[in-house]
Amino acid sequence: MARFLQAVADGISGGAVYALMAAGLTLIFGVLDIINIAQGILVVLAAYLSYALSVHLQLDPLLGLVITVPVMFVLGVIIQWAFIRRLRGRERTAMSLLVCYAVAVIIEGALYAEFGGTPVTIHMSYATSPTAQVHVLGFYLGYIYLIGFGLAVVAIAGIYLLLYRTKFGRSIRATTQDAVAARLIGINVDRVAAVTFGIGVAVTAAGGMVFGATNAFNPDSGYDLISRLLSIVILGGLGSIGGALVAAMFMVTVEEIVNIWQPTWAVVVYYAALVIVLFLRPNGLFGKKAVRAQ
Amino acid sequence: MRVRNARFLVVGITAAVLSAALAACSSSSSGSKGTATKAPILIGASLSLTGGFSADGQAFMRGYQLWAHDVNAAGGLLGRQVKLDIKNDASQPNQAVTNYQSLINVDHVNLLFGPFSSLLTLPTVQVAHRYGFAFVEGAGGAPSVFATKLDNLFDVSLPVDASTLPLIDYINALPVNQRPKTAAFPTSNDPFTQPQIQFAQHMLSTDGVKSVYSKVFPAEPTQYKGIADQVAASKAQMVVLGSVDVPTVAAFTQAFVQAHYQPKIFIATAGPDQGAAYVKAVGGQGNADGVMVPNAWYGGSLNTLSRKMVAEYIAKYGGTPSGINADVAEAYSVGEVMAQAVTATKGLDNSKIIQYLHANTMSSVQGPVKFDAVGQNLAATAFVFQWQRADFLQVLPPGSGSATVVYPKPAWGK
Repeated sequence: MARFLQAVADGISGGAVYALMAAGLTLIFGVLDIINIAQGILVVLAAYLSYALSVHLQLDPLLGLVITVPVMFVLGVIIQWAFIRRLRGRERTAMSLLVCYAVAVIIEGALYAEFGGTPVTIHMSYATSPTAQVHVLGFYLGYIYLIGFGLAVVAIAGIYLLLYRTKFGRSIRATTQDAVAARLIGINVDRVAAVTFGIGVAVTAAGGMVFGATNAFNPDSGYDLISRLLSIVILGGLGSIGGALVAAMFMVTVEEIVNIWQPTWAVVVYYAALVIVLFLRPNGLFGKKAVRAQ
Repeated sequence: MRVRNARFLVVGITAAVLSAALAACSSSSSGSKGTATKAPILIGASLSLTGGFSADGQAFMRGYQLWAHDVNAAGGLLGRQVKLDIKNDASQPNQAVTNYQSLINVDHVNLLFGPFSSLLTLPTVQVAHRYGFAFVEGAGGAPSVFATKLDNLFDVSLPVDASTLPLIDYINALPVNQRPKTAAFPTSNDPFTQPQIQFAQHMLSTDGVKSVYSKVFPAEPTQYKGIADQVAASKAQMVVLGSVDVPTVAAFTQAFVQAHYQPKIFIATAGPDQGAAYVKAVGGQGNADGVMVPNAWYGGSLNTLSRKMVAEYIAKYGGTPSGINADVAEAYSVGEVMAQAVTATKGLDNSKIIQYLHANTMSSVQGPVKFDAVGQNLAATAFVFQWQRADFLQVLPPGSGSATVVYPKPAWGK
């Protein structure tokens, strides 16, 4: 029973970290109707930014978000403006996959050139040290996972507030529902797209920081991440922010529980569960037909 | 008419003299340059410069490059400079196969060096065999590699299966009341790790150490925390981790630290041998202290060749002996062994090189090298190394050159 509870705790806390990383991916899909394959390497880039700030400027990674979030936002806007904005027509979605993949390869190459392949981790003595944890129901939960959980809640709540409580959010939702109609009523769709892509990438700053503090990472880490993030947003429902949170926790919890029995089956069982859910709910747990039909 | 003929004669003689002079100059010029104008010996290798094995692959590349630099500084091989042709396989076996085919058929290399890991050696040695190339490698020591029984395979490093034997002997030599009573055996699904873990589990079980956790986890990167938490929950007094890289050991270490789990012995098949990269990834010296790894080489080795290589490495890349990745020595050994075969056979005929490698004993920074029929280095000695504060020390087998084992392992972070 203790092992089961530990697995559930690991699943929820670890899932929140993945939700933090997947939130931007699902937001970008929901608004722009493209799958940002580069999201995994952008998380890794954000992790390296936090790492570099903490090593070279001795800046606390949590405080460093004040720098990394805007930097990642600007990078997202630039990527959208330079590469995504130009894609038009029926082949736009397919071409965007190629473009995002190219962006990922460029970023990966740059990271290898700058940091090499040696794995590193981000250190936060108050969050990752042996004493930085709470003892609950017989198991330990590191502060870094609590921080990750908190950041996930804040990021997802922030995106919700942006979408449903601001004028710009209305512009985003209008663009999500019908970009042509939105343009006709005076919404600057290009600006909405660029800012949304920027927000989607900015969220990775927090996700990358927590990922880097809980895992040793190198420029190659993006590949494993993107496959997991994609499965999370598909399970949660493409475009659903809350769905990403639930799906991430579900995915990691299933894996952790199966790990008790046989680790080699953990990923298999998760993907089997994913197929079953999609068979029963083709749009994912919280996906809307309107989003898919766009 | 006579005048015209005379002019032709003068022009003809002048042209002939000039041609002869130019030819003489040209001949003299090439003669004076000697070996410098000979084409370099091209040596091809595929390495994992990106992907899951990138840290090892890049260390291997430094080892190959350091060897080539040293050879060229000493006048080259057979009087010819050595040139490396290294391709990136991104840690993918299929890409490694493609790379070796390209090295042989497109780049027309003279010699081949092996890739990193048993996983990539297994398919690539067969490509080399098809084309009759000697395949000298330093990181393909899994039993499945030797099971191919290819006569062109030569692994200069320690065969992996019995690598933990010195530790097992050490445990058996402990007073009964001090021996660990339980052990956990988590291992990656990899041809390099599984034979070592199975061997250790079998031997320790025979010696009365109870196995309380024995699971195989996927070789692809995954969530390690849950698996590590299960190991911690087993409360095993000893952990034998089948790892292929630093991130795996780092993830287990981090989870053990957070679970306040303090095994008496923590040995990992790979990762802790990667010097400063390992210490950095596990969060500092306090989390590395007491951790062990089996291997055949370390930076403080008293081997004369090794000391020379270590000095050259530090001069070129900086750092300390303890911080040098064992992959560097494995790669350097590949070059040394190939060089001895080429020098002895006085040529680049791979069939003669293969014959020589099977018949002779050679030396390397890792120690003596003597191959059996399937390419295992029978002369390699298994050592166990342990991090003790800032030093990475040879601790087993006990005796000359070995430091005392720190047992039980100090608490994390102390």
